Amino acid sequence: MKKFLSGNEAFAEGIRLARPQVISAYPITPQTIVVERLSEMVEDGSLEAEYVHVESEHSAMSCAIGASAAGARAFTATSSQGLLYMAECLYYASGGRFPIVMMNADRSTALPWNIYGDQRDSLSQLDSGWIQAYAENAQEALDLALMSYKIAENKDVSTPYMANLDGFVLTHTYETVDIPEREQADKFLPPYETDNRIDFENPKNMAFSAGPDTNYIFKFKEHEGVLAARKVINETEKEFAEIFGRKYTGLIENYLTDDADYVIVTLGSIAGLCRETADKLREQGIKAGVVRIRYMRPFPNDEIADVLRNVKAYAVLEKDISFGNEGTVFTNVNSALKKSGINVKGYNFIGGLGGRNISASDIEQIYSDIANGTEIVNFIGIGGGNNG
Amino acid sequence: MANKTAESISRDEFFYGHKACAGCGGSLAVRAALKVLGPNAVSVLPAGCMSAVGFNFPQLCFSNNSIISTFAGTASMLTGVEAGLRARGYKDFTAVGFAGDGGTADIGIQALSGAIDRNDNIIYICYDNEAYMNTGIQKSGLTPFGAKTTTTPAGKNIHGNIRPKKNMFEIAAAHDIPYAATASIGNLPDFIKKVQKASQIQGTKYIHVIAPCPTGWGVAPDETVAIAKEVVESGLWYLAEYENGTFRLNYKPKEFSSVEAYLRKQGRFKHLTDEDIKIIEASRDKKWEYINKNFEL
Amino acid sequence: MRPYIREKKNFTFDDVPENTSFEAGYLTTVNSGWRSIRPVINGDRCVGCEQCYLYCPDGVISINNGKAVIDYDFCKGCGICAKICKIGAIEMEAERK
Repeated sequence: MKKFLSGNEAFAEGIRLARPQVISAYPITPQTIVVERLSEMVEDGSLEAEYVHVESEHSAMSCAIGASAAGARAFTATSSQGLLYMAECLYYASGGRFPIVMMNADRSTALPWNIYGDQRDSLSQLDSGWIQAYAENAQEALDLALMSYKIAENKDVSTPYMANLDGFVLTHTYETVDIPEREQADKFLPPYETDNRIDFENPKNMAFSAGPDTNYIFKFKEHEGVLAARKVINETEKEFAEIFGRKYTGLIENYLTDDADYVIVTLGSIAGLCRETADKLREQGIKAGVVRIRYMRPFPNDEIADVLRNVKAYAVLEKDISFGNEGTVFTNVNSALKKSGINVKGYNFIGGLGGRNISASDIEQIYSDIANGTEIVNFIGIGGGNNG
Repeated sequence: MANKTAESISRDEFFYGHKACAGCGGSLAVRAALKVLGPNAVSVLPAGCMSAVGFNFPQLCFSNNSIISTFAGTASMLTGVEAGLRARGYKDFTAVGFAGDGGTADIGIQALSGAIDRNDNIIYICYDNEAYMNTGIQKSGLTPFGAKTTTTPAGKNIHGNIRPKKNMFEIAAAHDIPYAATASIGNLPDFIKKVQKASQIQGTKYIHVIAPCPTGWGVAPDETVAIAKEVVESGLWYLAEYENGTFRLNYKPKEFSSVEAYLRKQGRFKHLTDEDIKIIEASRDKKWEYINKNFEL
Repeated sequence: MRPYIREKKNFTFDDVPENTSFEAGYLTTVNSGWRSIRPVINGDRCVGCEQCYLYCPDGVISINNGKAVIDYDFCKGCGICAKICKIGAIEMEAERK
């Protein structure tokens, strides 16, 4: 069934199909439409779930952990300050290996206050032990919602899953979206089965302490779980394509990279404009390409190395800055190349902070800058006169 | 010789082999409550004494399903556990939380208020030992006036904690909660009856049980139960219930025992001046004036 | 039923669970080393009133044939039982090391 939906609504449709049993919800702009739609679905009976009006994001995740520990499929959604407020619980969920799914509407973090999109919120939580996906459009958002549980709940993975949608640009933008049929969705995603739960026949003590001898073994196994998602993501997307006909490309998505000299590596909704710009430059004879990172965790080390091995220069375009250093995605990309012994010129372009526009000409400029050489870390358009 | 209270609870032990200090009042509260609720209790314990002493893999001291929550998340995890089990079709279980005074009145009060507001079907038991004992006796919102803790030192200028205890019982009641009660581990038959009653009531139940910590209070380990009786006899704590919009006092001492005697035998109050003690007596009298006026007997 | 002491074993990498959930009531160490004094039941006096059983923070007292019995593996010697016993059937004695 085709419907004209915003990214938030599309994600909510995907969650309806995934049949979470417990939804804990606390509103924050620009995530609100997700939790509003889900409450309507529970009200009209099209989604059978316990909908819990928690009093904070901390409680939203704490409730989801409790529900997951009870063996239930749990969902919550947040953004920005809310994500930071629940941060303690993110580590808790991953350490306990609870495959909770959360949508995060990527939004700037205060101060200064700002409700618009950048990716500083989710990227600050890369170390929290969650799988992190970044959607580009509403269709992908819906499909991630459905695939997320299958990946997170896989026995080898057992890791919570954060699906990130760029605030407003994606969460509030309408597109025509194909909604899978309920029957097919059920065929794709079976009910959650786990031993990691409260069990009245064989009672469990859960979320316990572990001293120095075993603590790091738990942590190692947690790491292995996130790494296992690499394979499981590919398998899940293959199965998804067989049932629903839409193909995804794993941890990264490449565009015109086979023979590219200059590649922009980015993530989220800005990738579309990058591809358009690459098309335009190709017409001018410049071999431009785009890599869209779909998963920041597990990180596509090998995929990035493979695609950038033969380029002349690459740019990492990201809506993030790790103050005092550089953009975090840039750090991750450089590490991937270093590990593979690849020495290619790389540049970092920070843009879109607090929702500031990144234009087609900005992107064209990036291609030109990396072809000609520039500073390593650049803030797009900083110091110019047009600041509103 | 039949012991009616002992007969009314499970013979099984659900909290056993834990590493709590000798004579720990909190562990007695947890133990007694679980013997009421039985094997289908699911306990949620936040970071704090009882989780620290009971859940050190591979030494796991609860024989019922039990889980540690975040410090602030006792009530919200209880909500999730209850909703999750219900969603999976379970009916015959009790989600019960055991949080200390700091975990309840300070860092956990928001989640607790949220759970009461939603009227989630849970029992929340606050075992109140009147300070952050697990971290080494720091002041909490339930540390009484005058108590010396490691963050409210007793010196020449300041005599320990300068603020009275938060009134968690009436804060819970102010939500119009289906059931709230105060108790003391010095009177287990009363506490056990209240847990039994709570387990029969639908919605959120809050029980606030005084559970002395010999280490933090500066009394001998064998004094725990006696001092928990004395705090009630002296009128500095009271046994009451809130139900259907009404407060009920369960026990009224014929004559208060000496506040001074109660305070003087505890290391944490050793420094108090006669004047300090007069202040404590006056606040007790004021509280009882209020209780006599507003609580049914 | 209560948590009980398990056979001693060394937790290898594979024995450590994949997640933080494990069999409830799994004890690997006793608490008897904590004691400097131990409660001793005077069987002639004990009437099995169960006050000590009720108030023991560690739950180590049970009633067997109408008399209190102590699990010395887990008794910490706090002395609450001796204090609560109105008829003086429990005495605290120095621990024999």
